[in-house]
Amino acid sequence: MSALVEIEDLTVRFSGERTVHALNGVSLSVEKGEVVALLGESGSGKSVTLKSLMQLLPGKRTKIGGKIAFDGRDVLKLKGRELANFRGPEVAMIFQDPSLALDPVYAIGTQIAETVMRHEGLSRPDANARALDMLKRVRIPSPERRLSNYPHEMSGGMRQRAMIALALACGPRLLLADEPTTALDATVQMQVLLLLRELQQEMGMSVIFVTHDIGVAVEIADRVAVMYAGTIVETGTIAEIIKDPRHPYTKGLLAANLHGAVKGARLDAIPGAPPTLEEPPTSCPFAPRCPVAMAACHAARPPLISKGPGRAVACILEAESVL
Amino acid sequence: MFTYLLRRLVYVIPVALGVSLICFLLVHIAPGDPLVAVMPIDATAEQEAEMRAVYGFDKPLPVQFGIWLGNAVQGDLGRSIATGRAVAPEVTRAVGNTLLLAAAASVIGFPLGIFFGFMAGYLRDTVWDRIITATAIAGVSTPNYWLGMVLVIIFSITLPWLPSMGAGPGGSSDWTWDWLHMRHLVLPAITLAVVPMGIVMRTTRALVSDILDQDFVQALYAKGMTNSGVLRHVARNAAPTALSVIGLQLGYLLGGSILIETVFNWPGSGYLLSVAILQRDLPMLQGTILVLAMFFVTLNLLVDIAQSMIDPRISRA
Ligand SMILES: Nc1ncnc2c1ncn2[C@@H]1O[C@H](COP(=O)(O)OP(=O)(O)O)[C@@H](O)[C@H]1O
Ligand code: SF4
Ligand SMILES: [Mg+2]
Repeated sequence: MSALVEIEDLTVRFSGERTVHALNGVSLSVEKGEVVALLGESGSGKSVTLKSLMQLLPGKRTKIGGKIAFDGRDVLKLKGRELANFRGPEVAMIFQDPSLALDPVYAIGTQIAETVMRHEGLSRPDANARALDMLKRVRIPSPERRLSNYPHEMSGGMRQRAMIALALACGPRLLLADEPTTALDATVQMQVLLLLRELQQEMGMSVIFVTHDIGVAVEIADRVAVMYAGTIVETGTIAEIIKDPRHPYTKGLLAANLHGAVKGARLDAIPGAPPTLEEPPTSCPFAPRCPVAMAACHAARPPLISKGPGRAVACILEAESVL
Repeated sequence: MFTYLLRRLVYVIPVALGVSLICFLLVHIAPGDPLVAVMPIDATAEQEAEMRAVYGFDKPLPVQFGIWLGNAVQGDLGRSIATGRAVAPEVTRAVGNTLLLAAAASVIGFPLGIFFGFMAGYLRDTVWDRIITATAIAGVSTPNYWLGMVLVIIFSITLPWLPSMGAGPGGSSDWTWDWLHMRHLVLPAITLAVVPMGIVMRTTRALVSDILDQDFVQALYAKGMTNSGVLRHVARNAAPTALSVIGLQLGYLLGGSILIETVFNWPGSGYLLSVAILQRDLPMLQGTILVLAMFFVTLNLLVDIAQSMIDPRISRA
């Protein structure tokens, strides 16, 4: 297997009324056909990571550093037409709230058709046929009728299916899913997760799936990257993360989830709040909340220490255990 | 869609009736005796009663309204108290001239307002945005009769390029589609266009700027749409609200041109109204207001229908 996406030391800083160091050296690679969950509290930089991958951040106020390679291409250097051709057939995105992400005044079928017309130069009838086919694939009932529906005429679950149909219409190699089930009811959430997993296997694409819910990550992902304060603090397979969490933050999350017992519990059960990120972290960003923090943790940022293929932890306790 | 149209059409009937009643009452409630202007000062009580009977003012108000409305529906708006001539043809000609002026002002004001508003919204927070917005504010805050007079001084008096009086050579009030007449339209139309243009510009800018902040715009870029493709979506989202603002401004152009018509001696409804008010010419006043109001009602209907055709949420919800 070779990596489809290679993110290397990505930093993102927003200026404006308030400076935010949203990402502070994120490194992550995603193999072909792999599903990686980005897990973290709200504000930890998950969405910003996804948006960087499509250059969707506001250009003027954003300073981006580091590198993103997609199948060997430098994503951050794409411009104009090249960028527009990259978005859609190579990388596509589904959003948290489909009622906001779909254009309210265009019919669903039109929104899907215009995408394939744009990228594949299909005629309108062919594009409409593709739209119909996509609605069938995401298992929307009576798809012929739904083609001419507007977003407000559909339920939340149907809208998210339509959004998925739209995102997959050009057969992307990488799908970015930004909490696509957070706005849905529990039962609908499960259906959409299963659908996504199925489509992913059918189409063989890679997925980066953002969530704040460990339960959801378990359902969908092969591998997990835990984010905190714009950094990745731990990566590993689902099994490794669940059975053998190494980073104190991951342990806290799991404990909170186990005690909470309910799937869907929010990740805010650890006392304290994440840093505001007005400055880039110079020490372990988790130190103020870490139950086992020591002086050294406040002195320098712990590096991401590799523990084998696809497994890494950013905590000095891990460095010591190696010694 | 069809039932919506039908429902909307049926709604027009009570609105039109209400508007007619208000037109009728407004004029009757206004202080002053309408016959004063035409009655000889030394008229006897009998003469006065006779006069009242001729104009129907002796009957109870509801009956007067019924008769007036019945005639109006058949195109008869009565006779002018001041001149004795039939009201309908005069109103038709005057409102026609006002429509002409409003149409000319629309052709100038709305496309420019929309275009520059769109530019400012799309290029918001740039120099272009600031220039356009400042121009719009200046346009909206300039009193248009004052602007009209300035234009007359510059283009009719200092540089005698364009006429400033009437709708045709020699102050004629009959319109013909030739340059001799169209020259007369230029200055009043520009003067009238400035305020609606500024308002449409600012509204469009705000609309476009709001829409660009919505999530679906980012989603459009995320699916690989080019700038022009995204702008098409933005335009369609902005259209319903822009249309309703344009509809309102058209209404303003029809009803609010009274000062401009006075400045330019334009033989339109505003001019007719001001004369009718001064002469307390009741039938003329009622007739003019009624016809203008009906245009207003129709205009609103058209805007509603156009909106519902663009925005599916309006008719289907
Ligand atoms: N366009 C933006 N401008 C300024 N700050 C932003 C922007 N987008 C995100 N941020 C900030 O970056 C941080 C990370 O945000 P985000 O990636 O959306 O978090 P999440 O993990 O919840 O998806 C937050 O502090 C957020 O306020
Ligand atoms: S580096 Fe120190 S503070 Fe940070 S997680 Fe590890 S032990 Fe806790
Ligand atoms: Mg987010």
